[in-house]
Amino acid sequence: MNTDYLVKRLGLFLLILWLASTVNFFLPRLGGQDPIRAQLGAQAAMGGASQVGMKDMIAEYDRRFGLDKPLLEQYLTYLGDTARLEFNFSMAAYPTKVVDIIWRSLPWTMTLLSVTTLLAWTIGTMLGALLTQPNTPRILHYVLPPILTLSAIPFFLLGLLLIYLLGFQLRWFPLAGGYDQGLLPALDPRVIANMVYHSILPALSIILASIGFWTLGMRGVMISTHGEDYLLFAEAKGLRGRTIFLRYAIRNALLPQLTALALALGNIVSGAVLVEVIFQYPGVGSLLYQAIRSSDFFMIQGVVFIVIVAIGFATLVLDLIYPALDPRISYTRR
Amino acid sequence: MATTITQEQALSELPATGGRLSALATGAFRYMRRNPELLVGLCLLLALLAFVVIGHALVDLDKARPLSTRALQPPSSSLPFGSDKQGRNLLAVMIVGTPQTIEIGITAGVIGVTIGTVLALVSAFYRGAADVLIRGIVDIGLTIPGLMVLVTLAMNVRGGLSIPQMIAVVAVLAWLFPARVIRAQALSARERAYVAVARLSGMPRRVIIVREVLPNLMPYIVASLVGSVSAAVLASVGLEVLGLGSFDSVTIGMTLYWVIYYAAIINSWWWWWIPPIVIIIVLFTGLFLMAVGLDEFANPRLRRRA
Repeated sequence: MNTDYLVKRLGLFLLILWLASTVNFFLPRLGGQDPIRAQLGAQAAMGGASQVGMKDMIAEYDRRFGLDKPLLEQYLTYLGDTARLEFNFSMAAYPTKVVDIIWRSLPWTMTLLSVTTLLAWTIGTMLGALLTQPNTPRILHYVLPPILTLSAIPFFLLGLLLIYLLGFQLRWFPLAGGYDQGLLPALDPRVIANMVYHSILPALSIILASIGFWTLGMRGVMISTHGEDYLLFAEAKGLRGRTIFLRYAIRNALLPQLTALALALGNIVSGAVLVEVIFQYPGVGSLLYQAIRSSDFFMIQGVVFIVIVAIGFATLVLDLIYPALDPRISYTRR
Repeated sequence: MATTITQEQALSELPATGGRLSALATGAFRYMRRNPELLVGLCLLLALLAFVVIGHALVDLDKARPLSTRALQPPSSSLPFGSDKQGRNLLAVMIVGTPQTIEIGITAGVIGVTIGTVLALVSAFYRGAADVLIRGIVDIGLTIPGLMVLVTLAMNVRGGLSIPQMIAVVAVLAWLFPARVIRAQALSARERAYVAVARLSGMPRRVIIVREVLPNLMPYIVASLVGSVSAAVLASVGLEVLGLGSFDSVTIGMTLYWVIYYAAIINSWWWWWIPPIVIIIVLFTGLFLMAVGLDEFANPRLRRRA
């Protein structure tokens, strides 16, 4: 891979980070009145145990982002803070730092998202490829309509139905949470089994609702490869049907599917956030929900920024491994 | 092969039957029979429309307000859908909320597709710096998780998003996908012979775009409108479920917010959550099937083998 492309692609990633933090900084200030300052004031006025801390926080906020400072200086301070992932204290859980809370939730979301996305992508892609083969078992064709219908339904709505059917009525799975109360999340086989057990329903709602998208996409690409010269040639060489299917047809059709994956990541995470909310899963989605309910601006900004960075990074990785999979794309200058 | 012929017949009959409604209906019906997705999708959406229209005529819509009914009543003859914890008549809520939710989707979707189409045409026909800029914004914008951007916008609106504000927020990102899809089609359109002929005959570029290219892109624009409406409904419901909608608005998304807020599912208040879920499923399935059907109409080459 040539460095030109690498630099360009990294630049794009940094541009996304800069845009995200700039929007985070300017939007609250657009209305003239800073809603963050208003919320800090409201929190302090409510009083309570953390009131002294809130006073300190307001003083610190005013010192750094006070109205006496020129906007540019405030902006540069903010960019510097964001670069160090310094999102201030959580307004709702003072004196815990926003980053610390996010780091605690991030592994839950990342595990749930990566496992479900990989499974849905693999199952959907295989199903889509098989559907274009003439000797595919009849039963697979009956699976398609329900799978496609499910893909039209938002993830979280399917989750609500699964909670009711498999959780509430049949009592097969827990209704909410990431692990049993009383357990501490740790790397102990029993605890891990419990966490997996809790994650089955949220995972199922993401997988079932997204398989159809990949099936439809793969079927489309596979149909368009029918009759390509390289397939005819493989057939003329006398290769076995299975070899042609796996090594020739699927291998080439996988590339557009991978591009689609990179493009869909943003939508998948948007859907998964709501799934976490309805399952009260201890990831960043639930964190965002709690932060919105308590108007915890610093937490909202932190979660939004970290999620955008994470998805931007995942897209970057996919884009960088793409030339390794497709020798036709070398990203060298012509 | 036989299907291709009927397709062409159906299409060629359509313009010829201009004034005669019955012949047009027959042609449409014949086309629909080969495109069951479009038919079923249309029927689902019409059923939703019928529910709303009949409901507006029969039900007292003031009962959609909180405290207008006894709270948490299961369905009965006087309260067919029961009531929620805050004393709303849920039948009235569904009848008021369904068109509100659809209105958010259609308005934001139309805004998105209009802006997207204009930018796509500018990008495809004027190229240069405008193209680089528009393509760059679309490419970056589509990889960013949209809900996160919308949350950032919404949290700066005090007191939750009213319905016009919700439309405005959702429309901010709604133009990205139409812009990409229509730009690709416009790029292929500009290489077609009819554009070359128009150019050679001395037609100005503006006029070519509006009078020649735009009508030819209409099938794609309509198809992407259906997708945009569905995406806009999804985004608005998502924001409302996260608690960013106005607590005064009566929409399907706000009903789902209250369902989750009061944990209606594990409290066995089944009449509260079944109607909004059914309405959302009917709406999304209807839009999805229409999108699939319209896609086939717009892109005959995509048609699957029988």
